[in-house]
Amino acid sequence: MDTGLAAWVLICSAMVLLMTPALALFYGGMTRSKSVLNMMMMSFGAMGVVAVVYVLWGYSMSYGGEDVALLFANPFDMFGLTDVAMDDAGAGTTFPTVAFQMTFAIITAALVSGAIADRVKFSSWMVFVPIWVTLSYFPLAHMVWGGGFLSDAAGGLADLVFPGDGAAAVAPIDYAGGTVVHINAGVAGLVLALLIGRRLGFGKQPMKPHNLTLTMLGAGLLWFGWYGFNVGSFIAPEEFPYGGFSDLGHALAGEGGLVWINTTVAAAAAILGWLVVEKVRDGRATSLGAASGVVAGLVAVTPACGSLSPVGSIVLGVVSGGLCALAVGLKYRFGYDDSLDVVGVHLVGGLVGTVGIGFLATSGGVLYGDGVKVLVVQTLVALFAMGWSAVATLLVGLLVKVTLGWRISDEEEIDGIDFAEHGESAYDLTTTTGGRQSVLGSHVREGASA
Amino acid sequence: MKLITAVIKPHKWEDVREALETFGVTGMTVSEVSGYGRQKGHTEVYRGAEYDIALVPKIRIEIVVEDEDADDIVGIVVKTAQTGRIGDGKVWVSPIETVIRVRTGDRDEAAV
Repeated sequence: MDTGLAAWVLICSAMVLLMTPALALFYGGMTRSKSVLNMMMMSFGAMGVVAVVYVLWGYSMSYGGEDVALLFANPFDMFGLTDVAMDDAGAGTTFPTVAFQMTFAIITAALVSGAIADRVKFSSWMVFVPIWVTLSYFPLAHMVWGGGFLSDAAGGLADLVFPGDGAAAVAPIDYAGGTVVHINAGVAGLVLALLIGRRLGFGKQPMKPHNLTLTMLGAGLLWFGWYGFNVGSFIAPEEFPYGGFSDLGHALAGEGGLVWINTTVAAAAAILGWLVVEKVRDGRATSLGAASGVVAGLVAVTPACGSLSPVGSIVLGVVSGGLCALAVGLKYRFGYDDSLDVVGVHLVGGLVGTVGIGFLATSGGVLYGDGVKVLVVQTLVALFAMGWSAVATLLVGLLVKVTLGWRISDEEEIDGIDFAEHGESAYDLTTTTGGRQSVLGSHVREGASA
Repeated sequence: MKLITAVIKPHKWEDVREALETFGVTGMTVSEVSGYGRQKGHTEVYRGAEYDIALVPKIRIEIVVEDEDADDIVGIVVKTAQTGRIGDGKVWVSPIETVIRVRTGDRDEAAV
């Protein structure tokens, strides 16, 4: 691996890993105060279990050498990261690549947790996660990025629709995980929300966010980490010149810079899209709307950031922000309790990005007069990813349901899952004078130096 | 002796405290409470979902005073806490049998 690229990928890996604690803040602030710790623990639990599983068989199953029916790779081929090169002498896999991919698997699992807040046994979640990444995430990563069924491989979905010479004539595009990460997490969230059922009092009792400052801080940190997510997804071409660049340094600077700008303006435009919908519909632009808009824009631009112009990214961001702001209301209409809107933000945003490429890609997009082939391929890939994720999640979800069971007792849910599952409470605000110093007791005395 | 209880709007609390201090009231018990009267609650919207918040935050002030001061103090509270809009709150006065200062054991008027 090139020295500059290796350093950059390791930094990006740390940035993407930070996104999972950031997600814990983002989600944690949106829960009620009696369940914030459990919400955050679902993210930290995912970090614990997925990192270990990834080293054992996750990487091998996603990117190992022995393909199985274009759906996944042999999990035992590189079990425990055997055959990973310590130096860049060979062309084989290096540890920075593994590190980077590992952090993606972790956050994808953590994203799902938002759909089932406040009500599931922590132990059931910890059993669900490793099996789910094994059956849903690793295969999809292989299919999309590991040369499998959703790549441009011969015999793959795109090749079946538009056959080419040894590879598909029209290659599917997913730069950093619109299908593998966001559509996958969104569908899994929907399936689990339906399987596990609503929180007690859903739609009747108020379940409003308990601390939106945490949510906004989390959104900011997610945004920061997303630069690792998207810009780090640059894959060094095997030969130069590539895309008009003479060497790796120029290619990384050129493509990486474009991806950075696209990522930024999509998030920015999605804030505006979300807030405009709120202002028109509800009368006020909210902080939760701004934080949600950031994520909606970043989700949509994730698959698209390498193939759009900056202006195209603004368009994509506005559309995603606006559509997601409307989509988060669907759960009340259809009565599924996707508690923190994993469906409304990640599934809808992931679809906007993945399908939006078909319209907005500077090379192949409908709006650039290049016909509908890319649009067709992107749509089919999105549908296949949705189907795979739905079936895999249903299988694992049912397995957990009939063995361990998902729900804590009604009484525990009403009292609060933090104490029931972890024996802790997040905030100590009620002890006499222990923390509750409010506006009442505090005023600046005249003449005193504040 | 009388117990004066006032439930007022939170943003009026500083004005009321200042006015009472100027009058010479030396102590009081204050708590954050929730409730509603004719104004009912308000609406909050999170990700498009509307919540009717039935209870609105209020400040409750409790003061034990000598009989002859009660009317003046009630007048001060009402005057300072008034905005003229719905939700300004209420003040009421109740008689007290006995008051004891914990530190000294003083009773009644000496303890007020």
